[in-house]
Amino acid sequence: MPGGINHAMSKWMDGSGPEADIVVSSRIRLARNLTAVPFPNRQSKEQADRVIEQVAAAVERFNRDGPMHLTVYRLRDLTPLERRVLVEKHLISPQHLQSADTGAVVVSQDETLSIMINEEDHLRLQVILSGLQLEPAWEAASRLDDALAETLDFAFREDVGYLTACPTNVGTGMRASVMTHLPALAMTNQLPRVVGAIMKLGLVVRGLYGEGTDAIGNMFQISNQITLGQSEEEIIDNLRNLTVKILQEERTAREDLLHDARYQLEDRVSRAYGLLTHARIMSSQEAMQLLSDVRLGVDLELIRPVPIGILNELLVETRPAYLQSMAGEELGPDERDRRRASLIRQRLQNRAGI
Amino acid sequence: MLCQQCRKRPATVQITQITDGHKVELHLCEECALKSGKLDFISDPQVSLENFLTGLLQSDINAAAGARPAGVQCQACGMTYQEFSRTGKLGCAECYRFFMDQLQPVFRRIHGNTRHHGKLPRRLEGAARARREVQELRERLRRAVEAENFEEAAALRDEIRLLEASLNQEPGKTGG
Ligand SMILES: [Zn+2]
Ligand SMILES: [Zn+2]
Repeated sequence: MPGGINHAMSKWMDGSGPEADIVVSSRIRLARNLTAVPFPNRQSKEQADRVIEQVAAAVERFNRDGPMHLTVYRLRDLTPLERRVLVEKHLISPQHLQSADTGAVVVSQDETLSIMINEEDHLRLQVILSGLQLEPAWEAASRLDDALAETLDFAFREDVGYLTACPTNVGTGMRASVMTHLPALAMTNQLPRVVGAIMKLGLVVRGLYGEGTDAIGNMFQISNQITLGQSEEEIIDNLRNLTVKILQEERTAREDLLHDARYQLEDRVSRAYGLLTHARIMSSQEAMQLLSDVRLGVDLELIRPVPIGILNELLVETRPAYLQSMAGEELGPDERDRRRASLIRQRLQNRAGI
Repeated sequence: MLCQQCRKRPATVQITQITDGHKVELHLCEECALKSGKLDFISDPQVSLENFLTGLLQSDINAAAGARPAGVQCQACGMTYQEFSRTGKLGCAECYRFFMDQLQPVFRRIHGNTRHHGKLPRRLEGAARARREVQELRERLRRAVEAENFEEAAALRDEIRLLEASLNQEPGKTGG
């Protein structure tokens, strides 16, 4: 079992990056395929195994030559619960669960670097960093890419770039994204306008855990859609510039709220804090919304400070699979809601008295 | 799929709404989605992007039915273009070679572009970078000639010749 499942959290959650009050994390994902093997949708089980072996050998070399240490896990060696925790920590995609037979995942100790093997493409390299750090994330991803390419032969054509199973990823094979917390834009009903502007620029917005029901807590992921015709640097520049603009809009909206509705806002975030520190039953959705309110209250210094790291960690710790993995057993929904409430109380009350 | 609101434009945005605990999925075009003001929940654009892609491929194939030589197929993995347009997924790296003519318009629709301008793998870097440069110089040369800027055109032509000469000397030259 990945040490990362048990040790509290991934590095990206520590809240240390620039603009981490609004930009929770920055992520770069690179799709790569091996030349001589059919793509995962068309390869045999034996071929899938050989892909894992080849990547594992390249990873071993990477470990030997550098300071990072990556570990390879086959999905079939993990329990279903452990796999779902990897999804909640954004280390593998929900789709990857469907290839539990043939899939594998590679993770660094601090979980900033990871690789999905045999998802839609043979390799999906990923780097997640705290705050707005797209450039450092790209540099780290590109270095890992170079290191692996010393032993792996990645499918590439000069005309259309890196070849991917889906033509929506061809070219750079890169998906760059930022996870942003935009409560003030949401409260002031400005999201449709902002989202519209983002889409006009050819970028995509979605909720935190991808599925509609979970798109709550005012967390929005913004990413590029175009992968062919622009360089990685251009794509990242566009996304960074846009993120900075949205960040400024969110800050302005917060100031407006403070100016026009300070008492209502104070009341809202204080109630959220009160519920989180005292409730005995807490659903996942309610927790996400209240954590969003508390986060805003902390950013605006309306309530006692809670480290951003704890709020980030709670975003993952209160997810169903993670709660169960900490309990060491499968739990029914009622039991989960009780454990969630108790976990949040503990985590926040340990901070009381500051 | 057509937009559920206006039933005119293709639905490119999928919106999941939660009303009284019930999940309702809406498929809208960009315009109606913006008008509806319900954009806070765009669920999994990757899924809608893929729907969009297969939709595009299907309409493409219907439009060209009969006009296209039947049975374009990848000789490496056996994937047919028909099958690709149903799933939106190619079967292997060689599919790109066998389907390139059909893929070009698809690239243009998705990315607005058909040529890679990003990272080059280290093993190809030297020669590939030079070839990319030659191509860019040719484009500048074309524009210089169009603008009847012959002095610049002459300089560009010399530069291209030099680069091409050095490329031809390169031992590890690979076809592009
Ligand atoms: Zn419409
Ligand atoms: Zn093929």
